[in-house]
Amino acid sequence: MAIDIQTIDQVEDVGRYKYGFETEIEMETAPKGLDESTVRFISAKKNEPEWMLEWRLKAYRYWLTMEEPTWAKVDYPKIDFQDSYYYAAPKSDADRPESLDDVDPKLLETYKKLGIPLEEQKVLAGVAVDAVFDSVSVATTYKAQLEEQGIIFCAISEALQKCPEIVQQYIGSIVPFTDNFYAALNAAVFSDGSFVYIPKGVRCPLELSTYFRINARETGQFERTLIVVEDDSYVSYLEGCTAPQRDEHQLHAAVVELVALDNAEIKYSTVQNWYPGDENGKGGIYNFVTKRGACRGVNSKISWTQVETGSAITWKYPSCILQGDNSVGEFYSVAITNNAQQADTGTKMIHLGKNTTSRIIAKGISAGRSQSTYRGLVRMGPKADNARNYTQCDSLLIGDKCGAHTVPYIEDKNRTAQVEHEATTSKISDDQLFYCRQRGIGEEDAVALIVNGFCRDVLQELPMEFALEAQQLVGISLEGSVG
Amino acid sequence: MLEIKDLHAAVDGKEILTGLTLSIGPGEIHAIMGPNGSGKSTLSYVLAGRDGYEVTGGEVLLHGESLLEMTPEERAAAGVFLALQYPVEIPGVTNMSFLKHALNGVRVQRGEEELDAAAFLKLVREKTKTLGISDDMLKRAVNVGFSGGEKKRNEILQMSVLEPSLAVLDETDSGLDIDALKVVAEGVNALRGPARSMLVITHYQRLLDYIVPDFVHVLAGGRIVESGDKNLAKELEAKGYAEFVPEAA
Repeated sequence: MAIDIQTIDQVEDVGRYKYGFETEIEMETAPKGLDESTVRFISAKKNEPEWMLEWRLKAYRYWLTMEEPTWAKVDYPKIDFQDSYYYAAPKSDADRPESLDDVDPKLLETYKKLGIPLEEQKVLAGVAVDAVFDSVSVATTYKAQLEEQGIIFCAISEALQKCPEIVQQYIGSIVPFTDNFYAALNAAVFSDGSFVYIPKGVRCPLELSTYFRINARETGQFERTLIVVEDDSYVSYLEGCTAPQRDEHQLHAAVVELVALDNAEIKYSTVQNWYPGDENGKGGIYNFVTKRGACRGVNSKISWTQVETGSAITWKYPSCILQGDNSVGEFYSVAITNNAQQADTGTKMIHLGKNTTSRIIAKGISAGRSQSTYRGLVRMGPKADNARNYTQCDSLLIGDKCGAHTVPYIEDKNRTAQVEHEATTSKISDDQLFYCRQRGIGEEDAVALIVNGFCRDVLQELPMEFALEAQQLVGISLEGSVG
Repeated sequence: MLEIKDLHAAVDGKEILTGLTLSIGPGEIHAIMGPNGSGKSTLSYVLAGRDGYEVTGGEVLLHGESLLEMTPEERAAAGVFLALQYPVEIPGVTNMSFLKHALNGVRVQRGEEELDAAAFLKLVREKTKTLGISDDMLKRAVNVGFSGGEKKRNEILQMSVLEPSLAVLDETDSGLDIDALKVVAEGVNALRGPARSMLVITHYQRLLDYIVPDFVHVLAGGRIVESGDKNLAKELEAKGYAEFVPEAA
């Protein structure tokens, strides 16, 4: 009997422990819904300085006064902002799939097509990473190399501890929380993101990628990135990856801010392949992003290159504010929509300084029942003497149920400024398809080949390895779009 | 090698080929001549399997296998090559990349290994050298900004890389001046061989001065109305089609 009682006690102990453990998990997650206490909770979790909390609260209060924008050519049910969690601690290894055998075979099939090595597949699929896996050590090696040059590359929450004065100087100075509805929301509740600082006169020796940032695996739905490049410096930054990414959060509202000082150059490349939902778009990610770069210094340059293939809805306009004289802004974009996807994307080039130049090459490919819109603004300010812009927008339609739209805005307040705009819309012709197939190229490969040709001007702006993967991705995104 | 038996085909419900029968042996060159609207281009598209060309009767066998159930890419793998009258432009896709996709597309369908970049480059260099085509052409986008002659030479280059057993040349002479015609014909002649049959479709006799056929057929009203040797082409040139095709005068 004594043994029985002992057992009962033990079971009760386990029960209590288990209960306590669950309570602890609860503590790591902010309650559903959004109010000031949610904002305070997030800020406290990150151990942020007082000014950061104040800024978040101001953003939150401002957000309350704003209305959700409806001008984009996208259509989706109203979002209930109270029916969402705004902070959850990173998943523990116990919540992850144990091995690739536990991962959706469809996802693995796509990884295979993209030629992603097995170890990387594990990271992407969120498999619990064992101690043998060396990506962490690779990242550590990189980090040492960067630190030698005085480069800071870390999570923005880490930067708030390490170098709060730099963050304070720049955060919100390019995208203020008053900018738009989602920028305000992001400022109030952003979970984490990347921070890059390149000191004066340093050419960053590596392509910086979120992929190699330690602790970057669960950045959450409100990501915030800040990149500051001092005089005479250069950085190339890669965001996202070609592998399809799934996330339980449907709404993603990221903010990216770039600052280039005198003679500085920032090259920012994105491959966005969030889950687009099923054939009807159900369950896909809403990607509402504000990205903006300020060319503050003379002769500075910011170049955005993006390949957008995922998400149910994309709403994104990476922009450049060309303040410094002779500064250069570039935007190279490929946006592919298939099935029920909707994309409203483009750029803004705001010319303020003298002799500023900008170049926009946007390629939209629509298939299935998807809708793709290019929306772009070129503004020549009164002091932008001899400023120049060249814009080229090309749309390619596959099938007869999709749509492509081009909405260019041009505002010119300077007589010496020049603005050029070219736009084309075309279809993959039966002649082209037949020609490829007659030469032995299967129908889907033929579509991929033709579309890659159409996107070539943009894809060649991507860093080499990224460009090759992006080419594969173009084909995969359009699978099932013909025949 | 190629057996076409009582072939009937329609476009948009209108019958264009009305019982065409033709047999081509290995290594033979057959020329098909005929007035406009006689069904010359329809024949070439039907052989290649283009959508919209509906076969309503008859059969086509290549090496004893029926072509008609195959997709265009399967026919390419089976050895059918169609040099187009108007080669198509594909912006942004380099000739090199196009050729590699084509060759590997055919190889994979045949269950052969894909050629890697190095092996492919070696192969293409050999072909361009033989045909006297500059490597510069490989770097340009497929047919974009090519002159008429360059486009046709590009077709010949593709043919030499794919090494088909049946090459159909659809009005290869159209749009070429005499010098370009000679160059293209030289390329075609360089590709003659005991394992390669050719079907040369042309409106004019002059191409046949440079690509000398073993047999000449007259196509009219969707069927072959007269067959002969190369002298038939000369006869046609002198007399016109009217004698063979009373209604086409």
